[in-house]
Amino acid sequence: MKKVFGRPKTLKPVPYHYCPGCGHSLLHRIVAEVIEEMGVEEIAIGVPPAGCAVLAYNYFDVDMGEAAHGRGAALATGVKRVLPDHLVFTYQGDGDIAAIGTAETVHAANRGERITCIFVNNAVYGMTGGQMAPTTILGQTTTTSPGGRVGNRDGFPLNLSEMLAVTRGSAYIERTSVTSPAGIRATKKAVRKAFEIQLKGLGFTLVEVLSPCPTNLKMSPIEACRWVDTEMVNYFPLGVIKDVTAPEEGKNAH
Amino acid sequence: MRGSHIVAEAALRAGCRYYFGYPITPQNELPEYMSRRLPEVGGVFVQAESEIASINMVIGASMAGARVMTSSSSPGISLKQEGISYLGGLELPAVIVNMMRGGPGLGNIAPSQSDYFQATRGGGHGDYRTIVLAPASGQELCDLTYKAFDLADHYRTPVLILADGMMGQMMEPVRFPVLRDVGKLPRKPWAITGAKGRKSHFIRSLILDPGQMEEHNWKLMRKYEQIADAEVRFESFKTDDADLVIVAFGTAARIAKAAVKRARNEGLKVGLFRPITLWPFPKKPLQEVAKRVKHFFVFELNAGQMVEDVQLALSGQSDVFFYGRPGGVVPNPAEISRIVSRQFFQKEIG
Repeated sequence: MKKVFGRPKTLKPVPYHYCPGCGHSLLHRIVAEVIEEMGVEEIAIGVPPAGCAVLAYNYFDVDMGEAAHGRGAALATGVKRVLPDHLVFTYQGDGDIAAIGTAETVHAANRGERITCIFVNNAVYGMTGGQMAPTTILGQTTTTSPGGRVGNRDGFPLNLSEMLAVTRGSAYIERTSVTSPAGIRATKKAVRKAFEIQLKGLGFTLVEVLSPCPTNLKMSPIEACRWVDTEMVNYFPLGVIKDVTAPEEGKNAH
Repeated sequence: MRGSHIVAEAALRAGCRYYFGYPITPQNELPEYMSRRLPEVGGVFVQAESEIASINMVIGASMAGARVMTSSSSPGISLKQEGISYLGGLELPAVIVNMMRGGPGLGNIAPSQSDYFQATRGGGHGDYRTIVLAPASGQELCDLTYKAFDLADHYRTPVLILADGMMGQMMEPVRFPVLRDVGKLPRKPWAITGAKGRKSHFIRSLILDPGQMEEHNWKLMRKYEQIADAEVRFESFKTDDADLVIVAFGTAARIAKAAVKRARNEGLKVGLFRPITLWPFPKKPLQEVAKRVKHFFVFELNAGQMVEDVQLALSGQSDVFFYGRPGGVVPNPAEISRIVSRQFFQKEIG
């Protein structure tokens, strides 16, 4: 019998601890599949964050080094400078990369650090129990914005990817989602492209993935996906934000 | 050669090829030297956006198996403490230089020993220690920096060089050890270098299970006990016949040594006990001295920090007198010998 679907070798045969309907499981698989398909498992080094994906090293069957909250891009810089021919990626949530780790991320991008950040944006602090994130949208209720987020009181949703695109060191930045088969395909394509651009040494790469968090949104998985597709995208539009390999006019959409 | 340059060159000769830092006075000569020198030997210098970023770059480079260092001064070292705690928990080698200044807060840039507590008690959160080396001369800046990389690798633990602006700016002749062949340094099978020809592995400090976390803590403690048994360093100067022994480290010990010579010229039997490792503190050697000597005079460029370790070591069996000048004030040897003779010998010993 011909095997048409299976677990990539770059994922350990371990059940995920993630909540039902969480986007992390899908995204882990996407990243693992890309590593296997590119044949880079022997040179891949992952940097998991503090957050729901802190246990990512239990799942990825590649070398991994855990970073403190927000410090992924700095730690990955240290790894990459020692091992310049390796594929070095961070896996970070919105609080990690766009709040506490903003400085590390902006400056890694600005140095054109040859790393890839996989940025999981679910508009909420998941692991700590649903507090307001830098990417929480206006009006969204969280445990620390109980009446809904108000911009000029709580801050506005932060468009980190667009910020990073204006740094001269960034080479490729795209925003996708994992809320539909088309989104999953687009995400996989984007991760692969980011890894390829990193290995070509063209600069900093990042893929922001809009991801459902049904537990903290207090929605069913399907409702959470729909919320991402209809509400979240108004603040975080999908698409390529920067691509230095594209023809001149498409290099920087902003 | 200038103290900060000595540290940088000694690090490079010990096999350090990666430096990550952020400017702060009084240690800028160190990163400046590294930015020129490291590329000459195929190394990498990165000026980071903050001390927090630089210590995390150190963590990454250490995870990848390299000999790596960073340097800063008191307020910057406070920012690095998060990363130093992680280095301790992750069991990663690294060398961190603190050219201390007067504090607290922004303080000033004058020579001080204000960070003794922070350095010798771990500094960051959690149960851990760092090896703390306190050089008192140009040659020692060189030798201890060179040694620090071996200690860090051997014990898989961060090592601090604790000096101050005086040590960093002072110029003294120095004889450098040979340039180590980086390719011949001991291998690090635990490093993350890509899972080629072996199983993948990960380095982490998150251990959710309390039983496992406790075992990790005990493992660290066993390592620290081993270090405390094997790595204590100190200098004992004219303590054999002394009626009073000054206890001082680093810059304060240089001043104290000159004060001892002055006191000896006046016929006073004064000696000097100088801890070189501040952690592990040379407790037993000091207790040995206390078998012969009743009076101890702790002199520090702070408001009284190491004096607590001296009191702990001597457990109330000897007189411990403290004299400190915090805030970046550096007294001259005459001030110390005057206080020792006038205030102490006359009043206390008679």
